[in-house]
Amino acid sequence: MTVQDDPNVAEEVSADFPAIDRTDEDQLLPQLVAHLREHRTKLRQEWAGRIQDAGLLRAMTPQEMAAETTSVYDNYVEVLETGSVEALQRYARDLSERIIPRGVETHEVVGIVLLLRDVLARSLFEKYQRDFGLLNRVLDAYEPAANRIANTVAVSFVDERERVIRQQQDSIRELSTPVLPVRERLLILPMIGVLDSERARQLTEQLLTGIRTHRAKVVVIDITGVPDVDETVANHLVQTVDASRLMGASVIITGLSPLIAQTLVTIGVDLSKMDTIGDLQGGLEEAERLLGYTGGRDAGVGSP
Amino acid sequence: MTPGPKLVSILRQGPYLIASIHTALDDTQMDRFREDLIEQIGQHRSRGVIIDVAALDVLDSFGARTLRTIGEVARLRGAVTLVVGIQPDVAFAMVSLGMSTGTLETALDLEEGLEYLDSRVVRRDGAASGRRLTAP
Repeated sequence: MTVQDDPNVAEEVSADFPAIDRTDEDQLLPQLVAHLREHRTKLRQEWAGRIQDAGLLRAMTPQEMAAETTSVYDNYVEVLETGSVEALQRYARDLSERIIPRGVETHEVVGIVLLLRDVLARSLFEKYQRDFGLLNRVLDAYEPAANRIANTVAVSFVDERERVIRQQQDSIRELSTPVLPVRERLLILPMIGVLDSERARQLTEQLLTGIRTHRAKVVVIDITGVPDVDETVANHLVQTVDASRLMGASVIITGLSPLIAQTLVTIGVDLSKMDTIGDLQGGLEEAERLLGYTGGRDAGVGSP
Repeated sequence: MTPGPKLVSILRQGPYLIASIHTALDDTQMDRFREDLIEQIGQHRSRGVIIDVAALDVLDSFGARTLRTIGEVARLRGAVTLVVGIQPDVAFAMVSLGMSTGTLETALDLEEGLEYLDSRVVRRDGAASGRRLTAP
């Protein structure tokens, strides 16, 4: 009934203001919004049904789905009404923050927004099917807004995701590599976590600066906490050892697991210049031996 | 030959020669430095040479190779060569560019270098080495 009534209302309105076609155009969106508000429950349910059919958002419970779809719907209509995507942006970011940890994928989020767009478009077809010209104009008003919404949601979601990734990268970097003076002229560098080239570079820089400031003679690099060593990382280790040697410090590498040792030999990294010892304890003993060996000089520095 | 302040100073300190490079040298200057230094090793019958590069914030491949050559030649003439004071950035740049200093000995700074030479030269003489090393 209403579906039939509405065009009449629209016609009446345009009949009231026949001269000003522009106003009519401007009236289209509010009219459309009113329509979507009026059929909110029906359209929302239809949308939820389509989401379920498509098998999206499986990670969420039906209650959560109902709550989220309602607020997405309201936000959607609001954007159509006001044309301002800022509130939606905030909401989308907030939503992403909540659902990303639950394993919701980008394609799902984009998928549900596009489904909503389709559901609403269908209802518009149904409503304006009598008047093709009017339908075209309605779609002209609806489509750009709907596309902008889909765009906004997708971008917000990806932004949020990238923010989370950046945050995690930062925290990994911070926890990464302290350079610890253990005793006079002896440094320990415990490496923990995966080494990428950026981190490895930063680590070498820290170590070299550490050698300078602590006047280190021996450095023990412990890689017990490194899960995997590939060729790049191995080569970087070799470089670090070389660079430290150029600064007058000898490097002992400890904590090579059997697996890593085999990998290194298999990929054929030249480790002949590296001084390696099984565990950190052995490494420290060796370091002390080295320092003790040169200890005569150390004592000489201290005594006069 | 170059007018102006000296780019390199070569000082005699007991049985050692201490060569400080004050500024980045071009290839010709580097060659001249090499000749001067090797010449002086013979003149002074030096047992050790320390090349201090602490003032350099850049060392090109030619420079690195020359230092290595000096080390080799000095060894043939009976002196231990030690490069000291390589800056962290320079060290990392040299390594990542794949320049190798080969057999060249290195130490943190001049003080370290002198201590190292002391231990090396004393040991070679065989004189006081036993007492020194077992002291602690």
